[in-house]
Amino acid sequence: MKSADKAIAQEKLPVIKRVGGFLSRYMPQLFITLILLAGHLSFGILEGYETVLITVGVSILIDLFVGRLYTGKWKNPVSGYISGISVSILIRSTLYWPYALTAAISILSKYVLRYKGRHIWNPSNFGISWMLFTAPLFVAGLSVQWGNNLLPMLVIWMLGMVIVYRAKRFHVTITYVISFTIFAFIRSLITQDPFLAEIAPLTGPMYQLFIFFMITDPPTNVRSKKGQMLVVFIVALVEFILRLNQFVYAPFYALTIVGPIAKFIDLKYFSPKS
Amino acid sequence: MNHKTPLIVQILFGTLFVVLLSVPLVKGIEKRPKISKETNEQAKASALDLFGFYLEEVNDQVGVDFFHQSPKLDARLNHILPQIASVGASVSVCDFNNDGWNDFYLTTSKYGASNALYKNLANGTFENVALDFGIGDINQQGTGVSMGSVWADFNNDGFEDLFVYKWGKPELFLNREGLGFENISLSAGLPAWINSNSAIWFDYNNDGNIDLLIGGYYKAQINLWNLENTLIMPESFEYANNGGKNYLLENQGDGSFKDVTSEKGLESTKWTLAIGAMDFDSNGFQDLFIANDYSVDELYLNVDGKNFKEIGKESKIGYAPKSGMNVSMADVKNDGKFSIYVSNITEMGILLQGNNLWQPTGSADQIEFKNNARILGVELGGWSYGSQFGDLNNDGFQDLYLANGFISGTKNNSYWYDYSKITGGNKFIISDATNWPAMEGRSQSGYQLNKVWVNSEGGTFADVTDYVSELPPFDSRAVAMVDLWNRGVLDVIVANQNDKVSILKNSVSEGNNWVVVKLEGTKSNKSGIGARITLVWNNQSQSQVVSGGIGFSSQNQRAIHFGLGNTSKIDKLIINWPSGAEQIIELLEVNKIHKIKEGNEIS
Repeated sequence: MKSADKAIAQEKLPVIKRVGGFLSRYMPQLFITLILLAGHLSFGILEGYETVLITVGVSILIDLFVGRLYTGKWKNPVSGYISGISVSILIRSTLYWPYALTAAISILSKYVLRYKGRHIWNPSNFGISWMLFTAPLFVAGLSVQWGNNLLPMLVIWMLGMVIVYRAKRFHVTITYVISFTIFAFIRSLITQDPFLAEIAPLTGPMYQLFIFFMITDPPTNVRSKKGQMLVVFIVALVEFILRLNQFVYAPFYALTIVGPIAKFIDLKYFSPKS
Repeated sequence: MNHKTPLIVQILFGTLFVVLLSVPLVKGIEKRPKISKETNEQAKASALDLFGFYLEEVNDQVGVDFFHQSPKLDARLNHILPQIASVGASVSVCDFNNDGWNDFYLTTSKYGASNALYKNLANGTFENVALDFGIGDINQQGTGVSMGSVWADFNNDGFEDLFVYKWGKPELFLNREGLGFENISLSAGLPAWINSNSAIWFDYNNDGNIDLLIGGYYKAQINLWNLENTLIMPESFEYANNGGKNYLLENQGDGSFKDVTSEKGLESTKWTLAIGAMDFDSNGFQDLFIANDYSVDELYLNVDGKNFKEIGKESKIGYAPKSGMNVSMADVKNDGKFSIYVSNITEMGILLQGNNLWQPTGSADQIEFKNNARILGVELGGWSYGSQFGDLNNDGFQDLYLANGFISGTKNNSYWYDYSKITGGNKFIISDATNWPAMEGRSQSGYQLNKVWVNSEGGTFADVTDYVSELPPFDSRAVAMVDLWNRGVLDVIVANQNDKVSILKNSVSEGNNWVVVKLEGTKSNKSGIGARITLVWNNQSQSQVVSGGIGFSSQNQRAIHFGLGNTSKIDKLIINWPSGAEQIIELLEVNKIHKIKEGNEIS
């Protein structure tokens, strides 16, 4: 169908279907925006909207500009938007520049750190991990817990599950959750800390963002379904080791370590010959 | 990607990427503190030259050897005892015998250990007279342990009385003309048992009888030595409402108090750690700023002495939940407007709450504040507790001293990982102490230095910690500003948890003048608490308010101290008494302590 015909056909669609199509296409982006707004309006997770404007603005601008120079095309700003939102939620600083820097590093990593023409790190995971590891004087991770309430947690989990199911990434999330739970139990045996203390982080918002947005990121995942499940199991295993060594941001670091190695192996050894 | 990226673009952005990656590393190097190789004498000379003051610990020279001890609690809390029993070191200043010299009271928190009343012997030294005067041995088995104290002349007999708040049975001591104290807790109508870390005296209805507000921390029903169950922890680290109730005790004028908390609208059960009183809306009645742990802070407007109305959200202070542990207030810009300093937690790389400096942006009709701590340079402390404003160099602007440090256990072995693990959990997990990982002697935000900021003429604050103090790191809690030797200089007392108290003698460079004003109410309460004093000099003015307790578990000297810079002439002094009377005094002599009686001339 030619593009003009497509446009006419699109116009003929009922409004409700068009809205439904839009919602379906941008569900993850809408979901993360909803989390941000609901979190801020109900629990004040942001001290102001400035940091969101900074991270989203920097992400989109760099993605558009650098993307154009690297690919010769104008990028869809949605990708930069979701990275910017992730950074604004997951990073805490008393200064403004770390927000801009994290966003810039995240997006640039997408273009600079490539193998066989593909980026191998989840952009925001790379940016956040780098800043948490190298800039502890200036940044910290998310310290907000949605009031430690059960209801927001259940709502986000249910919505998140629906979204990853529709995005065909349910197996990734559920594999990670089961793996984390098993490893939490083993940790509690090793450390003699209560099992509930070991499982507690999984009930917080940092993990909700991690399991619904980072580990499910399609471009930085391996291609086969079994491979994806194996990779998130290894992420949980590396996190288990990091946690035993008391790394506060163990999940981010684990994904930063495992993700690109898995992607590299996938591209090098399992890439279909063109 | 079919498009071939030009090599120059790859090189350009590859280089930019490396540069950006290196920014935090370079910035980190800049932030490392410089090590001074100067001797103490050289350091002192430099500090006096650069900032006009220097603080030295003089405990041994002045005869103060007090040591704070933490309590042992129910055995089911042993695994996290340092977390729970992390407070109780307090200091409150008072001239209890009206001899014109400031004395101070210190609390400890272990069964069998005695609190201390250090009487100023007016010869440069102090003597602990607490046991002789009947206010030392009050940490007895079954009655709980001391957490802090506040002084006020609640019966208007001319002598300051003492209230001790505890995890346990609160105690009120009537001052018998400076010769001894009588425990009147039973007849005064106090609550039978509280778990409190804060209290202030203030006359909420301006009837001339000073009232008492006690902040609740753990629920009053909890006996920490004999728990019914282990569900005692906060239900949330952001919006916990399962703390102790506050008590507003109205002074009946006959030696007794009546609980009017619910009637007056102060029913909050957040985890209160500090309270400050100030008339923010200029209606003549003191309002309340309440700093809460694990939640947002609260601002209660006093509606003409009839009841209180909470306006936290309307005033913008009630949105971002932090760990409110201190309230101190000062006219930092010499514009007659009071800023509020609230301490929180800053642990690099883990929890960056930052302290708040709330500056008024609204009007008397619409009370609003903006947090300018970052702009003014007082945001980053550590695990901060008490702070006090005071003009440490007598230059005419209010400086700031901040206590830091939570638990100094085994060095290089931190509890933060386990803490962040549990605090991220759901309320059903975190509220049960049993679920908390054991501390096993580890540190958490320990070995932190206190901070000293000098006010750069009302604009911003400069961190001068490395220059003006040689104090090693303690787990500091309460801070009080007091002129211990009547020199016209504010010294600093810091109460440290599980450690000795620090008496910091302040040396101030020559040239700056000062004046001290001590009030006595007649129609207003005798202590003059709530009176606003505005000093006008050299085309500027500064306001201060007589306080019945401020900071964290602390109380400064009752007399109000003003630094004047090099000015030797005061234009006028305006006193707005709680009774509503305004008193204006001209031709006030500098470098002198003035006693002013409500409605009368000065002496």
